[in-house]
Amino acid sequence: MSTASRTGTAPGTVTGAGTGTGAGPGTGSGTGVRRQPVRWLPLAPATLLLLLFLAGPICYCVYIAFTDMQLTGSSHTDFVGLANFRRALSDARFRNAVWLTLVFTFVSSVVGQNTLGLALAGLMRRASRPLRTLTGALVITAWVLPEIVAAFLLYAFFRREGTLNAVLGWLHLPGQNWLFTLPILAVSFANVWRGTAFSMLIYSAALAEIPEEITEAAEVDGASGWRAVWHITLPMIRRSIGTNLMLNTLQTLSVFGLIWAMTRGGPGDRSQTLPVFMYDEAFNKSLIGYGTAVALLLLLVGSLFSVVYLRLMKVEV
Amino acid sequence: MPPVHTVLSRRTRRRLAADAALLVVAAAFVLPLAWLVLASFDDGANLRVRVPASPTLDNFSAVLTDEITFTPMLNSLVLCGSATVLTVVCAVLAAYPLSRYRSRFNRPYLLTILFSTCLPITAVMVPVYGLFVQVNLIDTVYGTALFLATSQLPFAIWLMKNFMDGVPKVLEEAAWTDGASMAQTLRRVVLPLMGPGATVVMIYTFIMLWGNFFVPFMLLLSPDQLPASVTIFTLFGNYGSVAYGQLAAFSILYSTPVLVLYILISRRLGGGFALGGAVKG
Repeated sequence: MSTASRTGTAPGTVTGAGTGTGAGPGTGSGTGVRRQPVRWLPLAPATLLLLLFLAGPICYCVYIAFTDMQLTGSSHTDFVGLANFRRALSDARFRNAVWLTLVFTFVSSVVGQNTLGLALAGLMRRASRPLRTLTGALVITAWVLPEIVAAFLLYAFFRREGTLNAVLGWLHLPGQNWLFTLPILAVSFANVWRGTAFSMLIYSAALAEIPEEITEAAEVDGASGWRAVWHITLPMIRRSIGTNLMLNTLQTLSVFGLIWAMTRGGPGDRSQTLPVFMYDEAFNKSLIGYGTAVALLLLLVGSLFSVVYLRLMKVEV
Repeated sequence: MPPVHTVLSRRTRRRLAADAALLVVAAAFVLPLAWLVLASFDDGANLRVRVPASPTLDNFSAVLTDEITFTPMLNSLVLCGSATVLTVVCAVLAAYPLSRYRSRFNRPYLLTILFSTCLPITAVMVPVYGLFVQVNLIDTVYGTALFLATSQLPFAIWLMKNFMDGVPKVLEEAAWTDGASMAQTLRRVVLPLMGPGATVVMIYTFIMLWGNFFVPFMLLLSPDQLPASVTIFTLFGNYGSVAYGQLAAFSILYSTPVLVLYILISRRLGGGFALGGAVKG
């Protein structure tokens, strides 16, 4: 990527994917489109799939969120306006899910993955080769493992009779039944274990782009250690930090399998983040309409983050 | 000017400190993985990391049955394989005009694609379930594969376009002037050059789909159609008395393909890999 052009405006529509209609003749007056419509034909299959299976469901989501659709029982669905959203606002379990989602996102994405990823990337530049390779391989393995396998490993790790308590006992520290006492923290740490590699890769690439002269000049000027990090390194990679925070947060917002497999959102609803709450309302309480209203809120938050991310990236297209 | 040896020793001290810190992190990351590997060879496995008293392959032979391993793995292969092929074909076709032609329409299209890469797909799964029930796609492998393919498509298009941007246009232009049609050019000139990029996109997509749990969990119902990502959850979900060793063995069998595939493409994705490929410091 050479010089990135500025993104003047964010994409105008927040309705979802595929708003760019097929590139037939007559769309736009770009010379290429008008003169040779056949050139744009290869876009058709992808555009069709995106419209049918991504834009379609999103539009359907918007529609269902305003109805009282149920999984079972009454066969006809009525339009209920904002009832689902009013219900959410007065629902203590929804507020609990919002709170837990904030905790989960903050602990595992903002603090955990982001900070640990940056620390690892920084340490790897100084460490010896064997340790760099070893740590990198382990962190990336945790990332590549399928979600449910990771959930199973960490479930075993945090159980009362699991490895974490064994290690704590060996250090003469008190253990406890983590999945029962602190379930939201257990799944947050699980998500850190699983997702740190992504931040590590992004930050490794960002740090590698800092010119050697700058770091050397800083050392000559006596700016060492933390001061150099704070005043030189961090400002130089601030765009990567922004991008990484956005992407991490978006990924963390949509974590379902890891939590579902480790705790089912329990005990009670003490690790029930929004995706799990949404699933529970729609399929265990069969309130599809209400579950979809929650899904729509998640989508809106995700869309906001996406737009901010696009602005940050100053994409060169 | 300080004497050289103090500078060196400071460097060395720093390196040792960094090594020690990485060692601590590596230990924290290795424990859950070590448990998996050790438990799979231990016929009395419990939830703690321990070296098996007498390493055995019993767990593996116990899970190598049609019901536990072969059918789910075959289902995964059919589901993820077909979705991957569909994604890559659509991505290659779509990326070509986006990479090669200039028009006012490129930019909004690409921004929309990039925007879609970030959408939390989890959130649309409830309405997708409702939609699939309405149009009779629920519990069909091809319907699930179509949805999976679409979920990976935005990122695949983006990645593919970036690879294509790195391939020079000279040869294509030569083919054009010789009067080759677009299809001929794509097949004889472009695809051979794009091969490595397309392979990376293909493997990356496959890895993502292989580990995807939520989509098949929602859209497939018949036990005989479920991929390994869902059957492993069902096995592990029967909380009561779990045969941890067998579950660990099956986890290893199920994870091996993606780990191997990742090693194949890690060089190519390497340091420059970042979502969107345009992350700059």
